[in-house]
Amino acid sequence: MYIVALIFAAIGGLLVLAGYFFAPLGELQRLILDWAIIVAGAAMLVGIFNLVLVHATRIQSRAKGSSYSMILLLALFSTFVFGIMLGPDNPGIRRLVNTVVVPAESSLMALLAVSLLYGSVRLLQRRLNLMSGVFLATAALMLIASATLPFGEIGVMSTFVRPWLQHVLALGGARGLLIGVALGTLLTGIRVLIGADRPYQGG
Amino acid sequence: MTGWVGLGALLFSTVLLIAIARLRRPSAARFRPISGLTSLYRAFGHSVEGGTRLIIALGGPSLLSRSAGPALAGLRLLKEIAQRGTGSDLPPLAVSGEPSLALLSQDTLHAGYRAIGAPEFFQPVTGRVAGLTPFSSSAATMPMISDEQASVAALIGHFGVESALLAEAAERSNVVLIGATDDPAAQAVLYATSTDPLVGEELFAAPAYFAGGAMPLASLTVQDVLRWIIIAVVLLGAALKLLQII
Repeated sequence: MYIVALIFAAIGGLLVLAGYFFAPLGELQRLILDWAIIVAGAAMLVGIFNLVLVHATRIQSRAKGSSYSMILLLALFSTFVFGIMLGPDNPGIRRLVNTVVVPAESSLMALLAVSLLYGSVRLLQRRLNLMSGVFLATAALMLIASATLPFGEIGVMSTFVRPWLQHVLALGGARGLLIGVALGTLLTGIRVLIGADRPYQGG
Repeated sequence: MTGWVGLGALLFSTVLLIAIARLRRPSAARFRPISGLTSLYRAFGHSVEGGTRLIIALGGPSLLSRSAGPALAGLRLLKEIAQRGTGSDLPPLAVSGEPSLALLSQDTLHAGYRAIGAPEFFQPVTGRVAGLTPFSSSAATMPMISDEQASVAALIGHFGVESALLAEAAERSNVVLIGATDDPAAQAVLYATSTDPLVGEELFAAPAYFAGGAMPLASLTVQDVLRWIIIAVVLLGAALKLLQII
């Protein structure tokens, strides 16, 4: 069974990869990707079952915050039942999403500003070194250069410092990081394709 | 033209990876110190000795997306952690924001139990789906950091700026947080908020630092070779542009 999984993964991966370079294999690539999307959809159901299992276990063991788990399961089942009965395009279901899910996630996003401010304040306490100083000084410079001050803009900040930091240092650094990440991703992918890394079956 | 260059780079990388893995002795490898990985290694050891839990969050990219690479690196690290940490009083907990990733993490944890000869102790709920969107996943992971008797949390995978919420939860619970992601904006966030960040490609070095082995070490060497080639090409291109040859 282990060998079968390995062969499936290697052949599937190589065919999809080949589809990017050889046009005649494009159709086969799309077919395999469609199969993968169907399998991922089935995995979604398994994932939801896992979510139910985790929260049911919390309720059963009366763990801290198990009342929230109960609310989650009730919300999950009611949304699922109404979603099946009425369909995802029903105005009621859409209203439910727009008035509960979206505002809840937006409020978490609003919390981010506070978390980031708190994290920045604690940075020097956590790691007092040169790079932390550079990080905070850069963040402060960018904020000063972006802010509208009572006496107007500080010319050199908005016309030179901010564009230079943004377009030279930050962009160059981000490109360097992304190239490093791309190389890491490439090698991770190759290891999976040749079967050296097997994230399936615990390999 | 670009396609052929990409194919050439891919074949070159594959051949170089296999050649180095076969020819080079793993014991000859020398690492530069990476403080994030040193902290993770130390904190993991303390968690096993102290009977506390390690939480590893793998983020929420689909395995069909281009952000799957960091998640696969996170799974590789989870494999090493699972094999060493399953004997602890509180075994590692893997949290994902994507169901197929959660299935793979369960498989990996199960393999850890099989490796120590105690597959019957594996609990499927130690490989969890926290939520299906980035913010809901973070919101569900926050109480796990505080309620699961964790002493260390590792974010290894694709995370966005919502990782700041996890960092704050870790800070409140005195949990050591090591953060690594492929997203530059989230890297800036984790630099400011985590106990020790892993920057850029450092996250892909974690398996080699933790376990060694011919293939992960060869992978790091090939990354270095490719990086030098890219540096040379960038410098050459800049020089040619400066001289108005191209």
